[in-house]
Amino acid sequence: KKMAIREFIVVGRKEPSEAEPNPPLYRMQVFARNEVIARSRFWYVLHAARKMKKTTGEILSVNEVVEKNPNTVKNFGMWLRYNSRSGIHNMYKEFRDTTLCGAVEQMYADMNGRHRARASSVHIIKTAVVKAEDTRRPNLKQMHNSKIKFPLTHIQPRASHKRYRAKFVTSRPTTFAG
Amino acid sequence: MVFTKFVEVGRVAMINYGEDYGKLCTIVNVINGNLALVDGPQNITGVQRQKINFKRLTLTDITVKIPLNARQKTIVKAFEEEKVIDAWNESSLKKKLDRMEKRASLNDFDRFKVMLA
Repeated sequence: KKMAIREFIVVGRKEPSEAEPNPPLYRMQVFARNEVIARSRFWYVLHAARKMKKTTGEILSVNEVVEKNPNTVKNFGMWLRYNSRSGIHNMYKEFRDTTLCGAVEQMYADMNGRHRARASSVHIIKTAVVKAEDTRRPNLKQMHNSKIKFPLTHIQPRASHKRYRAKFVTSRPTTFAG
Repeated sequence: MVFTKFVEVGRVAMINYGEDYGKLCTIVNVINGNLALVDGPQNITGVQRQKINFKRLTLTDITVKIPLNARQKTIVKAFEEEKVIDAWNESSLKKKLDRMEKRASLNDFDRFKVMLA
């Protein structure tokens, strides 16, 4: 099972030299499963965007950003760029979750399922918390109801623990729980 | 089939899978079609405020009147006013859980006694 996606802020710069004793700092928000990958992604992007690489630069700090309040539900808007089989496209997607990293996981799973875009083909341009009234997607807007109410129409009965799973069962399952 | 138990703010549900198996929790908000934000309240049932999949919930017929995103304090007060734990202890699901627990904890002598009865 994969480790959770975490949010890192990586700050790095080109190594100071005689010509440039104080090179500008670059800060990047990276979503990665661990710090090693976060550092690697930092160099991938910086190498493409600026004239620096791991050997000619230095990472000054890598800090994990922990969700400030994981007990409130938020709407996240995500601007992405992804490779399809025939081109590169931009997208805007919205997800509802308690943490930004949870929403990012949802996004990767969604891109994989809907567009067959594996995580390596998806680049996150920007993420933001969006107020309920500013959300654009109907599947999110339908949750913005303080009197939300719906039944669980199709319940698949499941053993309470893996060890209680039976290989053969004599009765047909009922998917109605009321 | 008429549905009588709904996912709604204030619905009390039992967690039917995982570490918190058998514990009660209250639906505080709905995240999306699969997930709910749920709170024990922790002081009463031991379930922390967390997101949980509907697949892990067995809805009971008990509801408490709480506003959307209610704080733990509000839910505790509602639980005490509406005597949720008493209603839960009388429910057939709770009695079934207790019965299964008792059967699992019997020793050989107890099983002999049951056999004779």
